[in-house]
Amino acid sequence: MEQDNSIKLYTFLIYSEHVPGMLSQISSLFTRRQVNIETLNVCASSTPGVHKYTITAYCDEHVAQMLTVQSERRIEVLQANYYSDDEIFINETALYKVCSSVLVNNSDVSRMVRLYDGRIIEVNTTYAVIEKTGLTKDILSLYEELNKFDCVLQFVRSGRICITKSRTEHLDEYLAAREAARALKTIK
Amino acid sequence: MAEKITGAEALMRALEHEGVDVLFGYPGGSIMPTYDALYDHKDTLNHILVRHEQGAVHAAQGYARVSGKVGCAIVTSGPGATNTVTGIADAMIDSTPMVVICGQVGVAMLGTDAFQEVDVVGVTSPICKWSYQIRRPEDVAWAVARAFYIAKSGRPGPVVLDFAKNAQTGTVEYEPATVDFIRSYDPDRQADLSDIMCAAKMINDSVKPFALVGQGVELGDACPELQAFLEKADIPCGTTFLGLSAIPSDHRLNMGILGMHGNLGPNVMTNQCDLLIAIGMRFDDRVTGNLATYAKQAKIIHFDIDPAEFNKNVQVDLKVLGNCKQTLAAVTQNIDSATHSAWIDSFKPYAEKEYNKVIDKAIHPTEGPLLMGEVIRKVSEATGNAGILVTDVGQNQLMACRYFKFTEKRSVVTSGGLGTMGFGLPAAIGATFGAPDRTVCLFVGDGGLQMTIQELGTIMEQGAPVKIILLNNNYLGNVRQWQEMFFSRRYSFTPMNNPNYDLIAQGYNIPTRIVIERTELDAAIQEMLSTPGPFLLHCAIKEEDNVLPMTPPGANVDEMLLEV
Repeated sequence: MEQDNSIKLYTFLIYSEHVPGMLSQISSLFTRRQVNIETLNVCASSTPGVHKYTITAYCDEHVAQMLTVQSERRIEVLQANYYSDDEIFINETALYKVCSSVLVNNSDVSRMVRLYDGRIIEVNTTYAVIEKTGLTKDILSLYEELNKFDCVLQFVRSGRICITKSRTEHLDEYLAAREAARALKTIK
Repeated sequence: MAEKITGAEALMRALEHEGVDVLFGYPGGSIMPTYDALYDHKDTLNHILVRHEQGAVHAAQGYARVSGKVGCAIVTSGPGATNTVTGIADAMIDSTPMVVICGQVGVAMLGTDAFQEVDVVGVTSPICKWSYQIRRPEDVAWAVARAFYIAKSGRPGPVVLDFAKNAQTGTVEYEPATVDFIRSYDPDRQADLSDIMCAAKMINDSVKPFALVGQGVELGDACPELQAFLEKADIPCGTTFLGLSAIPSDHRLNMGILGMHGNLGPNVMTNQCDLLIAIGMRFDDRVTGNLATYAKQAKIIHFDIDPAEFNKNVQVDLKVLGNCKQTLAAVTQNIDSATHSAWIDSFKPYAEKEYNKVIDKAIHPTEGPLLMGEVIRKVSEATGNAGILVTDVGQNQLMACRYFKFTEKRSVVTSGGLGTMGFGLPAAIGATFGAPDRTVCLFVGDGGLQMTIQELGTIMEQGAPVKIILLNNNYLGNVRQWQEMFFSRRYSFTPMNNPNYDLIAQGYNIPTRIVIERTELDAAIQEMLSTPGPFLLHCAIKEEDNVLPMTPPGANVDEMLLEV
């Protein structure tokens, strides 16, 4: 397959054992190539004891390949893959803290929140908190729209999470193969 | 119930369980409980006291490279640990199996900027295969077993164990542990049969095949398989520096050395072959030169045990994953016997041209000061080409790799990837322990010798039979050569005012002889080799000698300069 030499946003899914120091080991590979991490999400995966790192970064495909195989070279990394956006389902959550008085007095603000499918999760006399889940571009658009009303007090994004479009987790296949290898070794 | 012992004692037993017989080390505060335990294991664990921790890791590297076993170094926390960093990085890039045990402050003191505390795992993780902090005595047996398994399996490399003081002094019911499986680490990946068959077809279809032999062949213990493969299909080969002794120098299919200061034929033919077969090598920039023009006319097959090496520098047509001991044997079974006489003969004019323009002048000079090439070739021949070559870094290294000859495997110890000046002397000490029955010849320059010169004390104490050949040109020779060639002879801080090395050697009770005249060289070499124990042969060589041929940095691999 022809390699894509253009710089674009790739999503890296890296699975590791849940031991200290893994984040540093993985991030240092990006540092070494001066690839800036755009978003980073780390949490327990659906497999007990295995942590999942979801990292986005701009690079070309060769660098994405190298970051992936070099991640896998770390002893406690189980598996690493990279994806372009069309190969995964993507989601991200954002929280916007806005000034309550503006929200109450200007109906355009709440209309904008509804238009972007945002959800108001807290309102008090000082501020309101709006939650939006979706694609990064929509999250940023809502931020820009709200900013026009000069009402945003705080804004935070969770970073990307995603699942692949393939039917099963690649990790499951890997773990099954490793367990078979372990069983074979025990028999020997 | 098993007897309770300290974590330090457990470490001793775990090392013995792993078959360790030699340790290179230097004691200090945070590792003192372990050294106290070592006092009772002197009969089984031969501890070699070096004079600086950098010496310990390089010695462990030298030991590992010639023996094929895991080298072991032991040092204290803080500066003791940070002094090992260069050797760890060196072992990583050159795939040398090594376990470095560092003392560490107690767990309760971690993160408090305690005396001689440093984040060893944080510092070493990016430059080693695995780094782990032992925080409890209960973890000693498991961690040591895992460390040795990781260091020696797959593509070998260095492992660091950061041994907290409370884990050394606390007690545990010790049971020996064995690790031969880690779920997240698969060192025994097998090639697909389809890749083997595809490789065989590509080789059978090739008219002008050329093999690149790297250290992976020796690391995989695949020297017989390599020769069988090359001989069946009649494939000429070139070697990297680290792969030099994977095939005898005088083998009819060995065309010489690859890369910047290699031989003309193999480099030119890299860009004329129709199939390039890379075996256990990593397409280092010193081997490839300009990647944009590197072997563009050829199909490329890459045999390697490390999937991260595929397509890293050179895009290949076929990847054959696995230990080349198995993959080469499998491919050999499926290739046709062939002859490539005309193709092999086509290397000869380049060899003759290089011999006439460079080699003959380097090894058979008749006038002027001594030359590096003649000293190296004479020492090599005086050992029956059966010695172990250890080099430092610089012109001494490049010349030694060019002119030393090999008949036995595991005969080259040089800092290939990292290029660590100061590597040679301690690595040679380690080599004498790893191969006590062989002659260890160290070629070192006046710059590199002074970087770890304190290890003459280790040589003195151990009587380590290192034959030190000092190629003294009063310059940092390789940098000077580049300054001559690429910086208009502006010798910026490369001339060196040298000490009296002979007096220094005498101070360490090491026999020495200085050679200035060519007529004295043979006798001096004989004296060196017939003198039991260590010897310093101090050769006053031509000051502004250059290593040729040379592919200038960034130039095409086949554009070698034969003269400056």
